[in-house]
Amino acid sequence: MPLCIALSTLARSRKTIVARLFATRLNIARLDIVRNRRLYSSASMAENDSVEPIRGLDLGVAHSRLLLRTVASVRASEELRLAGVADGETRKMNMCQAINDAMRHALATDETSVVFGEDVAFGGVFRCSVGLADDFGRERIFNTPLTEQGIAGFAIGMATMGHTAIAEIQFADYIFPAFDQIVNEAAKFRYRSGNQFNVGGLTIRTPCAAVGHGGLYHSQSPEAFFAHVPGLKVLMPRSPIQAKGLLLAAIRDRNPTIVFEPKVLYRSTVEQVPIDDFELPLSKAEILKPGSDVTVVGYGSQIYALENAIQMIERDMPGVTCELIDLRTILPYDADTVAASVSKTGRLVVAHEAPRIQGFAAELAAEIQERCFLRLESPIQRVCGLFIPHPLVYERFYMPCAVRTYEAIKNSLNY
Amino acid sequence: MRWHVQLCKHPRASVLAQDSARLAAAAGVSTTSTAQRKKVMFPGALNSVYTHKLQFASNVESIPTYQVMDTDGNVLDAANEPQVSREEALYIYRNMHMLNAMDQVLYEAQRQGRISFYMTSFGEEALIGSAAALDSNDLVFGQYREAGVLLHRGFTIEQFMNQCYSNERDLGKGRQMPVHYGTRELNFQTISSPLATQIPQAAGAAYAMRRDGSKQCAVCYFGEGAASEGDFHAGLNMAATLGCPVIFYCRNNGYAISTPSVEQYRGDGIASRGIGYGIDTIRVDGNDIWAVYAATKAARKIAVEHNRPVLIEAMTYRVSHHSTSDDSSAYRSKKEVEDWSKRDNPVSRMRAWLERKGWWTMGDDAEITKSAKAEVLRAFAAAEKLKKPSIGLMFEDVYDELPPVLERERSEIEALVKKYPDYYQVNDFARK
Repeated sequence: MPLCIALSTLARSRKTIVARLFATRLNIARLDIVRNRRLYSSASMAENDSVEPIRGLDLGVAHSRLLLRTVASVRASEELRLAGVADGETRKMNMCQAINDAMRHALATDETSVVFGEDVAFGGVFRCSVGLADDFGRERIFNTPLTEQGIAGFAIGMATMGHTAIAEIQFADYIFPAFDQIVNEAAKFRYRSGNQFNVGGLTIRTPCAAVGHGGLYHSQSPEAFFAHVPGLKVLMPRSPIQAKGLLLAAIRDRNPTIVFEPKVLYRSTVEQVPIDDFELPLSKAEILKPGSDVTVVGYGSQIYALENAIQMIERDMPGVTCELIDLRTILPYDADTVAASVSKTGRLVVAHEAPRIQGFAAELAAEIQERCFLRLESPIQRVCGLFIPHPLVYERFYMPCAVRTYEAIKNSLNY
Repeated sequence: MRWHVQLCKHPRASVLAQDSARLAAAAGVSTTSTAQRKKVMFPGALNSVYTHKLQFASNVESIPTYQVMDTDGNVLDAANEPQVSREEALYIYRNMHMLNAMDQVLYEAQRQGRISFYMTSFGEEALIGSAAALDSNDLVFGQYREAGVLLHRGFTIEQFMNQCYSNERDLGKGRQMPVHYGTRELNFQTISSPLATQIPQAAGAAYAMRRDGSKQCAVCYFGEGAASEGDFHAGLNMAATLGCPVIFYCRNNGYAISTPSVEQYRGDGIASRGIGYGIDTIRVDGNDIWAVYAATKAARKIAVEHNRPVLIEAMTYRVSHHSTSDDSSAYRSKKEVEDWSKRDNPVSRMRAWLERKGWWTMGDDAEITKSAKAEVLRAFAAAEKLKKPSIGLMFEDVYDELPPVLERERSEIEALVKKYPDYYQVNDFARK
């Protein structure tokens, strides 16, 4: 106990050499960071500050190296191997098709499962449910009247009968009429009844996030509202394979689950998706790229901005490596993976599109600060949407883009 | 017992009795045969009588659809001949053309990637008739397909274009998607994309008008799809119970994106719900501009003079795709759409009526079509040249005053913009 007090006292005055030496004795890996940091902050950065940071890099998901575009990359995926599908047949699918494929597996393996929502029968406004009504019938794939609270409540009702309800809310921006049903009903169903009743078969899919021209009401990422609610599970996949595996896991998970689907990825991401039925683990973050100097965490479409920011940092700061983590599940989230990474790197940058104030990054920052206080070399940086409604013409400024993330990583390294 | 007596003396009791009689009539129940029967004492249905027949109320006769003129522009009952001047009628007709011209140009502009989004009003041009029946101070709460109302009120083509281009003259400061118009000057609340949220708001605004004694009313537009939202039910019920001078105008155009009205509800349209809430209700031929006009005029009188809500269900057909994000051929045949626009076109119906009056000849159409298109294209070209609103405006109007958190974010963004002007495309934005 006295040692702990001593450590925290020293850590608070980390600017002092004594604290630094003490800290570095505890962790050899940190010696590199301290050395590197001096290097970067003194010389190589300043001269480039007036230059656009992108400088010829191919930005965006179209050029991402994180997507499994080849069969070989699927074969090499450890997680897909664990899921039992690394060696199986694959088909080129975008995220929309992968979600459709996941729902087909759910419908084919579970006679109680149904898919419904506004405009779902003809294929949905984003075409995720195309062909399902033809193949599984209108009793199982159906349009609902235009009422989100009705959709959520109806789904809860089916789920409490032990059926599998896969409900679509047409845009995450329109989920709020369903908030009461989700927060006060679905999330508390099991707890309030002493586990006599539950709605484990409930899954809500909803497209979220920015697309470049959605403005106030076709762009929002409301995951933090739901990540505040005990009893719910909340996910946001980043790619076709992820969407299929996580959606199937969510559908079969015995808790009410909301899957936020970044709609910008529906067509822009294409992977060789295993055609067999498989699930990816919930509440398990994925390290997409190992690194030793700073941990960068995000989820959904934000991952591709982070990938670009890391490319720019590693180009401009030779020797620095960044660790990229996709949280995937936002509630309950995998703090262990992030904490282990930060313990190694000593720095954390968290990013999401939703506004910074009370956003999910605040939760992760607080948790990691508690767990890794003595390991931290710099304040945890949050790169988030601005604290304004998502504005049409100002989206580029609003977004926690690669450029803003690049600046935040630099701040973290140069602190 | 005492409770019952109190209720009967309530000033609303007589109104409730009328409502109940209307309801009974609509339900096909003979009020005369039951009039002698003993009334119930339950406070929840003051005018119900006991019956000994186990019978569910169903098979309600469909509410009729009020029509002034047929599809050839003939006024079917001379008593219903519209009392409008030639100038008023031509103003309306020109706006119907202007709406079409604007829709054609902006629809194409979206297709060419010059604006991000658009929604047309094809098939629903007769909505302008409702605007013509209102007082210009009546406050409008729209859904999103009410450009005709704005045109009638004097929203200029330049203003439409500036909003759709999100340029520095857009009254909404470039923050919302195209077609999210709003103008305080013309008493038209800014459009928000979520559906039906405007319905209880209109009831509240109307209640405030009643308290102000302004003799104005609120007018709330929405589609038959939005009427499935909880807010519809909340809004109508509150307006009825609280005596709000509001006109609820349902554009029943048969489709909510892909969902046909047959999958949206099983009752007798939206109108039957108005009766259920104790609201004076009328169903009109929404493609008959004079039926729309007359119904709205009468509705306004009820709302303003008696502080009561009114529901108008205007039956029409959405010839447009839902929006530029929608291709309706995925869920309805092109022939269905073509047949509709040929069989029952609100614009040609109006023209036929004008021709019968001798106020218009077919040949005149070419001239106004041409001039409308020219005016739209002129405004379009001008709007396209203007810059986007200045960067600093991004942080304004979140609150009445800038809180510290936004001051901080503003300086962060300012520093970034200074550092990376090309990335942020600063030249696209107005300086100040």
